[in-house]
Amino acid sequence: MSAGVGVDLENLWIRFGDFVAVRDANVKINGGDFFSFLGPSGCGKTTILRAVSGFLEPSEGNVLIGGNNMRGIGPNKRPTALIFQNLALFPLMKIWENITFSMEIKGASAKERRKRADELLDMIALPGQGDKLPSELSGGQRQRVAIARALCAEPDVLLLDEPLSALDLKLRQHMRTELREIQQRVGITFIYITHDQGEALTMSDNIAVMKAGVIDQIADGKTIYNDPATAFAASFVGENNVFRGKVQQVMGDEAMIRTNRSGDLVARISSANRGKLKVGDDAMMFIRPEAFSLAPQGATGDHFVTAKVNHEEFEGNVFNIFMEGEGGKELKVSIPNLGQSFEDHTGQNITLEYETQNAVVVPAGELAAE
Amino acid sequence: MPSFLKEFFKRNGVGMGSVMLGLVLFWTIGLIILPQLSMLDFSFRPNLPPPEIGGPKDVYTLENYKYLIYGPEGGSQDYNAVDLRVFFRTLVAAVCVTVFNLILCYPIAYYLAQTKGNHIRIFALMLIIPYWINEILRAFALRIIFGETGVLNNLLVGMGLFDTPFDFIRNDIALYAGLGYAYILLMIFPIYNVIESLDRNQIEAARDMGASWPMIHRRVVIPYAKPGISSGCTMVFMLSAGALAAPQILGGPSSLWFTQLIYQQFNDNSDWPQGAAYAVVLLVTCILLVLAIMRLFKVNMGDIGK
Repeated sequence: MSAGVGVDLENLWIRFGDFVAVRDANVKINGGDFFSFLGPSGCGKTTILRAVSGFLEPSEGNVLIGGNNMRGIGPNKRPTALIFQNLALFPLMKIWENITFSMEIKGASAKERRKRADELLDMIALPGQGDKLPSELSGGQRQRVAIARALCAEPDVLLLDEPLSALDLKLRQHMRTELREIQQRVGITFIYITHDQGEALTMSDNIAVMKAGVIDQIADGKTIYNDPATAFAASFVGENNVFRGKVQQVMGDEAMIRTNRSGDLVARISSANRGKLKVGDDAMMFIRPEAFSLAPQGATGDHFVTAKVNHEEFEGNVFNIFMEGEGGKELKVSIPNLGQSFEDHTGQNITLEYETQNAVVVPAGELAAE
Repeated sequence: MPSFLKEFFKRNGVGMGSVMLGLVLFWTIGLIILPQLSMLDFSFRPNLPPPEIGGPKDVYTLENYKYLIYGPEGGSQDYNAVDLRVFFRTLVAAVCVTVFNLILCYPIAYYLAQTKGNHIRIFALMLIIPYWINEILRAFALRIIFGETGVLNNLLVGMGLFDTPFDFIRNDIALYAGLGYAYILLMIFPIYNVIESLDRNQIEAARDMGASWPMIHRRVVIPYAKPGISSGCTMVFMLSAGALAAPQILGGPSSLWFTQLIYQQFNDNSDWPQGAAYAVVLLVTCILLVLAIMRLFKVNMGDIGK
């Protein structure tokens, strides 16, 4: 397989009247990557996809596909194929006609198209279903047909606009694996739009986290999860507990934060902010629920947190403890269930411990909405 | 009682259900089917003066139908060439008006259905408002435009495009324009209705795969809009073939519409049976033609109601 065709967004601005949908986006997507734009609805990620597919001309800046500037080139002339959120299969065409519509446009014979359709139907594990209508297939099957239809055009870049959002949870999880497999098999660049961080983390080589038209961070999933650049990225991707405070002291890659409720705590400064965070700055410290462990009652120090337990729940693989947190938000702690005995702490104060490298500090900023 | 009736009464209650059912039956049977049957009955009877109706001469006969084909008994021609020519000309002209309307209205309907914004409402209103004016006035307005000393001729001669005024009326252009104009909404709205429910993403998906606009319309929009197109075409065809006012006012002196012949039989000749026979022939022919065309384009009766 070829190395694939890369996509670059250079200083991309997209405005609708006074509203700025995308603000100065700079993204470099490597050929053959599975790249996700992750953000809440309305953050501009679909707008970016429409600019790449050619349905929308950017107000400023450029979209480059394989190094070629796409300005002025219509969606029907770009080497991209788009999979719509609602799939947009043609309801009156049979499955095989749907899949090979791009060949029909180019004037391929019915026999050729039929042959190609059968190949693609084998690939998506729907052999012999070519003569059905889209309405006769299940949601997951239609999903695969939409992928086959897009791949039939042999695009250099496949664009996917939340294609799994209409499926139920089980199927969605199954399709994640399947999409990733298909991408690795065909070796072309996938650009994937989602608000589901689980989808983004499991499938992507790289992820761009977006908020209100701005790209907060571009990195691989592990980096975004462990080393978020902004408060938004930290709070949007995965569950996280926030501690607000002021930077008290900077010690190399670590900082001491004077938190509002839990005294002075030490945490690692996220790599994007090293050297930028100064004493006196408003900061936010994030610790994941699974990064805490129970400590001896009343232990104090720069990596201990004590708070009152509101309630507890048993989730199977973990015990969740919900404690009084900041600003009305609860502090969540997940203790892995390894068969240990677990007493009820409701109403009591308990002390938690974390390792400094598992707590991360970023400048104070907007948090993701729940 | 069939299950759908049981379901109907269960949902609406016996009282309300009976009222609704009664009104629908009155509408279809009382106002449409019975008068048409009476017309059918007329068409098979001889034209008799009132005292002889119900008398020994009042027997079923085919002579009214024979008249359309063979003309008056002992006439100079083998066939009733005049009336038959009018009949076929009417059908062909109605088909032409329908096709012309479709070509004109499909883009308008597509535009209205697929564009968003306030100007669309204004656009639709501008299409509807002319229909507040009655049919006769609209026809005369077109006569003023197309007449020999009309607006259009003044303009064309004034611009030097024509040396002498062009007779739009004698050449039936005014008639076709008038008929087309009269039924434009009946073509636009059924098509608009269907296309409005077409998912825009399907058009974009086709475009994304490289389809040209003609291709998108041929493979995506038109197949989807087929029920609306057939419903619009059926109405325009039926009403054009059955129009009376527009041909009366806008038709040339030598070109009669078949409905005018029917009107003459009923009114001028007071020959109701003959008029009824002509009307039945027109009705049956139009229905058969519509059914044949629906067959040709694989449209189901159920689609028309969509």
